[in-house]
Amino acid sequence: MTPEMLEFIAGCGKNMHFKPGEFLGKKGDPADYLYVIREGNIAAQLLHPTRGSLTIRSLHGGEIAGFSWIIPPYRLQFDLCAVEHTSVIALDGNCLRKKCEEDYKLGYFLMKHSATEMIQRLVDTRIQLLDVYGARV
Amino acid sequence: MAPESDYAKVTQQTVQPDVWLPVLYTVQERKAENRGIVTLKLAPSEAEMIESIEPGQFNMLYAFGIGEIPISISSLWNSQQQLIHTIQDVGTVSKAFCNLVVGDQVGVRGAFGTSWPLEEAKNKDIVILAGGVGIVPLRPLIERILHDRNDYGKLNVLYGARSSENIIFHQDIISWQADPTLNFQITVDHAYSNWRGNVGVVTRLIGNANFDPRNTAAFICGPEIMMNYAVHACLDVDIPEDRVYLSMERNMKCATGFCGHCQFGPYFVCKDGAVFAYPQVKSYLNIAEL
Repeated sequence: MTPEMLEFIAGCGKNMHFKPGEFLGKKGDPADYLYVIREGNIAAQLLHPTRGSLTIRSLHGGEIAGFSWIIPPYRLQFDLCAVEHTSVIALDGNCLRKKCEEDYKLGYFLMKHSATEMIQRLVDTRIQLLDVYGARV
Repeated sequence: MAPESDYAKVTQQTVQPDVWLPVLYTVQERKAENRGIVTLKLAPSEAEMIESIEPGQFNMLYAFGIGEIPISISSLWNSQQQLIHTIQDVGTVSKAFCNLVVGDQVGVRGAFGTSWPLEEAKNKDIVILAGGVGIVPLRPLIERILHDRNDYGKLNVLYGARSSENIIFHQDIISWQADPTLNFQITVDHAYSNWRGNVGVVTRLIGNANFDPRNTAAFICGPEIMMNYAVHACLDVDIPEDRVYLSMERNMKCATGFCGHCQFGPYFVCKDGAVFAYPQVKSYLNIAEL
C-alpha cells in the first residue's frame, strides 16, 4: 500500500481492544469493520446446535479479520471472538467503500489483496474438509 | 543342474539372510498415546537383536499368527537394545499390536529403509513439518538434532493434528515448547471453543518459522495430500527443492524390495525410501495410479 493510499484511508480507522472471550462481531451482524490485527488471537467460530462453538480458524497479529465489509450484503459470516487480549485497527466498512468508489486504484488494491487472502483461506478450508489425518479417536 | 535365474543371483548377492528372520522381542512398556495410538518399548527376549536403527528407518513388526507391518522407529531416547515404536490402530495387525500388554512377545525384522539425511542438514536451519501420526518418524530426528544441537542452525517444528484429542507425545511437546532453542508451533484442523491454540492447516505455520531459506533443510511427514501442500509451502518460501525431504508410505510387505507391493515409479519405498529427497519423487506424486 502506498503512503498516499494509507493517508487516504487513515481517517476510517480507529484502535480497538478486546478482552479474552469478547466478541468483535457475531454471524449475521452488519460487517461494519475490517479488522487489521495488531496483536493477539481471534477465533473465527460457528455455533453448532449440539456441539457448541466450533473454531474454524484462528487469526493472529498481521492478519485480517472480517472480509464481509467488501462483499454485499455486508454481513459477518462467522462469529469473531478474542481468544486472548487482542488489539486491532478497526477500519470502518462504510467509509472504506466510499473511499474505494472515489479512488479505483485503492479499490482494486484492496479487492486484489482481499481476494488473495480469501482464496488462500478457501484452499485451507478445503484441506481441512478433506480430513486428511484420518479417523477420529 | 539348471542355471540360476537372474532373480536368484540378485537375491544371493544383496539380501542378508537374517533380515528374513524375525528376532524375538518382549513388550517392556506400553503407553496409550490416545484412544487409537499406542507406544511400545520392546527389548530383546534373548541375546540376539536387530541391527541399530537410525531416525527415519523402520522395522517390520510381526504379531505371531496375525501378520507383519512396517513401523517407523519413534524414539531413540533409550538404550541401543530397546526399540520404541508408536502404532496407530488402523487394521487387523496394528490392532493386535495396540492390544499387546507388557510381557507379550513379538517378532522384529530390521532395520530397513533410508534415514533422514542428518549429515547433509548440518550447519543448516531446520524446518520440520509433521501432520498427524507423521510426527512419529520425525520425533527421533528432533531428538537427534536436540542432542547435537550445536551442529544445526535454527530449529522449527511445525505440527498439525486433526483435533486436540488426536495430539500425541504430550510430554515431548511440553518439553519442546519450553526449549528456547526450538521454535515449536502446533495447530489443529478442527476445534471446539475450549481449544485456545491455533486452528488452521499446518502449512500456514511456516509463516511463523524462523529460518534462512537458502540455508535450510526441510523434513516432512504426514498424509500424502498434506505433504504435497507442505512441499509447495517450502518451495514458496524459497527453500531449495533438493533440501526438502519427505517420508513416503506405501504397502510394504517384504521390506527388501522384492515383493513389489510398495513400488512407486522406479522405486521401492521399503528399500529406496521411505525417506526421499523431493526431486526423486516429485514426478510421481501426482500420478493417481501410484
